[in-house]
Amino acid sequence: MSPLIAHTDPVMDANLMNAEVPPGAEFWFGTDAQGRDIYSRVLYGARISLTVGVLSQLINTAIGVALGMSAGYWGGWWDDVVSGLTNMMLAIPSLVFALAIMAILSPGLTSLLIALGLTNWSYTCRLARASTLSLRNQGYVQAARILGYGDLRIMLTQILPNILGPIIVIGTLGMGGAVLAEAALSFLGLGIRPPFPSWGSMLSDARDQITTAPWISIFPGLAIFVTVLGLNLLGDGLRDILDPQARARTA
Amino acid sequence: MLSYLARRLIQTIPILLAVAALIFILFSVIPGSFASSLGDDGKSVLDAETMARMNRELGLSDPIYVRFARYVGQLAQFDLGVSFRTRQPVAVVIAERLWPSAQLALASMGFAIFVGVPLGFVAALRPGSLIDTGSMVLAVSGLSLPKFWLGLLLMYLFALKLGWLPSFGYGDGGLKHLLLPAVALGVSPLALLARTTRAAVLEILDADFVRTARSKGMSETRVVRWHLARNALVIVLTTVGLQFGSVIGQAVVVEKLFSWPGLGSLLIDSVSLRDLPVVQGAILTIVMIFLVINLTVDALCAAIDPRIKYT
Repeated sequence: MSPLIAHTDPVMDANLMNAEVPPGAEFWFGTDAQGRDIYSRVLYGARISLTVGVLSQLINTAIGVALGMSAGYWGGWWDDVVSGLTNMMLAIPSLVFALAIMAILSPGLTSLLIALGLTNWSYTCRLARASTLSLRNQGYVQAARILGYGDLRIMLTQILPNILGPIIVIGTLGMGGAVLAEAALSFLGLGIRPPFPSWGSMLSDARDQITTAPWISIFPGLAIFVTVLGLNLLGDGLRDILDPQARARTA
Repeated sequence: MLSYLARRLIQTIPILLAVAALIFILFSVIPGSFASSLGDDGKSVLDAETMARMNRELGLSDPIYVRFARYVGQLAQFDLGVSFRTRQPVAVVIAERLWPSAQLALASMGFAIFVGVPLGFVAALRPGSLIDTGSMVLAVSGLSLPKFWLGLLLMYLFALKLGWLPSFGYGDGGLKHLLLPAVALGVSPLALLARTTRAAVLEILDADFVRTARSKGMSETRVVRWHLARNALVIVLTTVGLQFGSVIGQAVVVEKLFSWPGLGSLLIDSVSLRDLPVVQGAILTIVMIFLVINLTVDALCAAIDPRIKYT
């Protein structure tokens, strides 16, 4: 989408002749210190933020569901191992953990996906485990077992559909968090490196010019804010639809 | 209660060890040692001999399990090693940063609690009112704001435009320098606290004991003070505990933005310098603080709510 609605190339069209032009008819959001169109850069930045937000959350959800559901279903030593892992993950603030991973890998999109995709699955895992535990001995699960279904088939066809609602809610709310985390890491210089446009790295550049050109700081931040707000509202809305308990509470 | 606390304290040791192992494994696969990172800034390229000597001196040439065993042995004696860069003991480097970090975390949580909790309370007591709608819109927005952007805007407005407050740094450690970073960091816990408090109070308002209290003619002030506040406190406290952890994590970005000399900016600076002992020490310290806070919150909840029993 971005090439169709952007005005200029976000990286190549640097032109020092029109550096730090305030927002106007030609440059809707103004230009930065290298004369690049901020509107175009914000548009391209959306690619990174949304890709990281959605994909990293998909990875987290997959890990959390796989670990939590299997731990709840099988119990025993595997449950102990998963619970231990979850407790450890809960003890490390996820941004600090992601930062440690980014410090090891070289900056870039793949590293961001690894850092954010592997560090935020503990809540999903806990939830999946708890709901699986409550379903494990339900009549229809036992019936499936008597019919000779394998463990994997029971988990995927009998349990997963019934625990998915709240997990989707957590995943959606987590996307907002992942967009924020990506921006923070790029702001710290550990995520997407300049000159490629990421909202976080744009803000990091903008910090030095805040006195002379405050608009450079405003628009990328606004983009993050609106995106995360949208994802959070989507998550809240999904919770109202998918989580019958929450609906009963607000009613 | 005491034995519960003692057992919980003992339970944190394996978690700490696991975190230490995890961080250690992560950082032992870093491509490029400290010696080589000194070399790739283009200016002071070290020759191979010097690099080998430095790696040997810093103990980086031993096999990984030897290094980990040594590390755990030192940890048990509260020895976090020596900074690669300044050659100071890591424990000393970290200790210097603890107070500024604590100041920032406490100030931002204080701000969040004293604004967020009353806001949620008032919103719940007048559901559907302008205050309710307004504060919940604020809460959702607060959760979606990138902290460093808010910090940047606050810095622009209050420091650069109005000139009321210093834009960054620690200064003499007074309130003036603390205010902007604390607000930037406190907004999202504030938003979450307002939401949680509102939900908790609404739920309690529905409870049987509140209806009973009202029907026996108890005045509204007494209902609010005796029944609502006390019962909501447990939920609020739990949220405060959880948020403390996220504040400690998020502080990394805000500290860096405001050049605040806390654990967070120490962590970032050490990461970019590949100063592994300091990075490991800082992360371990953060985890330890987080675990202690959780423990404290659990103990406080048990003290307030007689229904919570620990066996």
